[in-house]
Amino acid sequence: MTTATRRALTAGAALLMLGLTGGAFAQQPVKIGVIYPLSGNSASAGNYSKMAIEVGADVVNNGDPELGKIMPLAKGGGLPGLKGAKVQLIFADNQGTPAAGQNQALRLISEEKVVALIGAYQSGITLTASAISERHGIPFLTAESVASNLTERGFKWFFRTTPVAVDFARAYSLFLKEQKAAGQKTNNIAIVHENTEYGNSVASVIAEVFAKDGLNVSQKIAYSANSSDVQPQVLQLKEKNPDVVIFISYTSDAILYTKTMKELNWKPAIMIADDAGFNDPSFVKSMAPLVEGLISRSAYAAGKPGTVPALFNALYKKKTNGDDLDDVSARGLQGFLVMADAINRAGSTDPAKIRDALMATDLKADQMVTGYDGVKFDAKGQNVLASSLVTQMRGGQYLGIWPKARATADVILPYKGW
Amino acid sequence: MSITLVQVIVGGLLLGAVYALFSSGLTLIWGMMNVVNFAHGDFVMLGMYTAVVVWTALGGGPWASVPIAAILIATLGVLSYFLLVRHIMKGPMLAQILGTFGLALFLRYATFWFFGANFHSLPDTVVGGSFELWTIRFEGSRVLAGGMGLAITLALHLILTRTAIGSRMLAVSEDATAAQLMGIRPQHMQALAWGMAGAATGIAGTLIAMFFPTSPTAGEGLAILAFVTVSFGGFGSVLGALVAGLIIGVVESLSSYLVGPVYKDVIVYVLFVLVLWFRPQGLMGKA
Repeated sequence: MTTATRRALTAGAALLMLGLTGGAFAQQPVKIGVIYPLSGNSASAGNYSKMAIEVGADVVNNGDPELGKIMPLAKGGGLPGLKGAKVQLIFADNQGTPAAGQNQALRLISEEKVVALIGAYQSGITLTASAISERHGIPFLTAESVASNLTERGFKWFFRTTPVAVDFARAYSLFLKEQKAAGQKTNNIAIVHENTEYGNSVASVIAEVFAKDGLNVSQKIAYSANSSDVQPQVLQLKEKNPDVVIFISYTSDAILYTKTMKELNWKPAIMIADDAGFNDPSFVKSMAPLVEGLISRSAYAAGKPGTVPALFNALYKKKTNGDDLDDVSARGLQGFLVMADAINRAGSTDPAKIRDALMATDLKADQMVTGYDGVKFDAKGQNVLASSLVTQMRGGQYLGIWPKARATADVILPYKGW
Repeated sequence: MSITLVQVIVGGLLLGAVYALFSSGLTLIWGMMNVVNFAHGDFVMLGMYTAVVVWTALGGGPWASVPIAAILIATLGVLSYFLLVRHIMKGPMLAQILGTFGLALFLRYATFWFFGANFHSLPDTVVGGSFELWTIRFEGSRVLAGGMGLAITLALHLILTRTAIGSRMLAVSEDATAAQLMGIRPQHMQALAWGMAGAATGIAGTLIAMFFPTSPTAGEGLAILAFVTVSFGGFGSVLGALVAGLIIGVVESLSSYLVGPVYKDVIVYVLFVLVLWFRPQGLMGKA
């Protein structure tokens, strides 16, 4: 590109921006980089999260009358702390590989000059991408990666809003013990997990917590998420016939397991799926009739009319032509809102000030899209107010069943399947 | 031998027959004109989408989608030949590789743009569930896929070796100039090979869609399997692809069951390297 054309392009872009923000003294937009799997095996989850975050940015930039009554940032007109600067999202595709995630993080920081990063869905990719932002001193917020070691690296620029493996391992453990007390068999537990960062770490955390709580994990099966056939694994399960099976899977493997279990006609008395693939809207749409009674977890439950989750869900539904927010997209949106709040309070695009503002985050439960008790980070960057709900698949949607205080339905066991 | 082990082997054979089917198209094109079609996996993927669209738009099961996909992907094959392959064949080797690779990316991202990233899966009712025979469970969709895979691969083999048109195609692959002197038009035969390969690949796609989730990237993994199957069996040999497909299917299932699913690829690829070590031309390829 010659200097002349580059200048022309820059001038054009500047004019365009002026046009968009509509004023000679308009603030530069604040660039936030968002890394998600927009292609590859987890692309459907990534694209739903992308749309959820776009809804969030639209609310911050252009406002929403209903949300504006509850949330300070939803009044429209951008970030008041930065004289009304608009938020500009720069999306990057991690292609489902840690290497691509790392490259995209580098590109967003060095070429797009983003002031903060959000991402990257898969724990294994968050691991590599956040290492880049740490090196460059740019805040990185993950809204959905749950592998426990992510916050154990002593990073100064890393934040996580989602509850982590140990939180829901405890939830599953308490839930199973309650079911045992109610007369369900829970003597043998199998864990079936995909073998990247997410599956491995969640499986080992669950096994640890269960061992401490006296629950017997008798079988652990690791597999590759891009398997084309899982029949041998279902046969391994069928042979040992455990009472409880816990799946930790992404989307295509979740579909394969569901179909294969039906075809081989085997099901456990209690089947738990750790969110992820089993919560993906494209899984729920086509597979729900085959997993009636499946236990899962979710940070999102559609709230009462007029609350933050309900209002955002209505906006999201409009954008996606009828899809509801789900656990993953709601957590993504929540992550974005936390970041927007921090940048607003920082009153600056200086990454160090944004980091300090993130550290000082103190959001209350009524501001939450997800069902967290709020957002407040500890020294490691973990949200200490994150919590999750145990849900059960009932007639095509997940209903909250545990803890009792937040449940909207009763538990029905044993697992029905198809 | 335990019943479960027999079940694993049966599953492996049925899987292998499908591998054979979607590899036969690749080997056919290679055998005819020494071109590796890197877009092969994406042809399979488009076959899968055909099944999904036929199901959602027309409510038709495999009986409707098989012929439709065969015609559609065969047309795509012939078009790719006339619009792309015929031209890049005149270029250097690298142009051929990158040409079909570009086609692969084009098809993948066009699908992505058109259908979105979501997974689609056919409902169970398309091919009714499973049945039990001598205490072994057979899944309807896989039996159908495996059976048709076997039949079509064998049919392709017979067409190539036992019919006049097959002889003409083989003549072109041996020596195009000599064949032309005998009154055979090489371009017609090559286009026919792309059409036949497309039809077989399209059918493979619809059959796979019955049990495998359909997404724009579904072809990626399948393409690698097809390449392994084809070089294992011998480039250009349809029968070789069949035998190799069955072997890979069974070895995959057995090692996945006995050793563990994360090791199955290691075992398959070690076997693959060993075969190539002792027989670089593959099991049934010509030296």
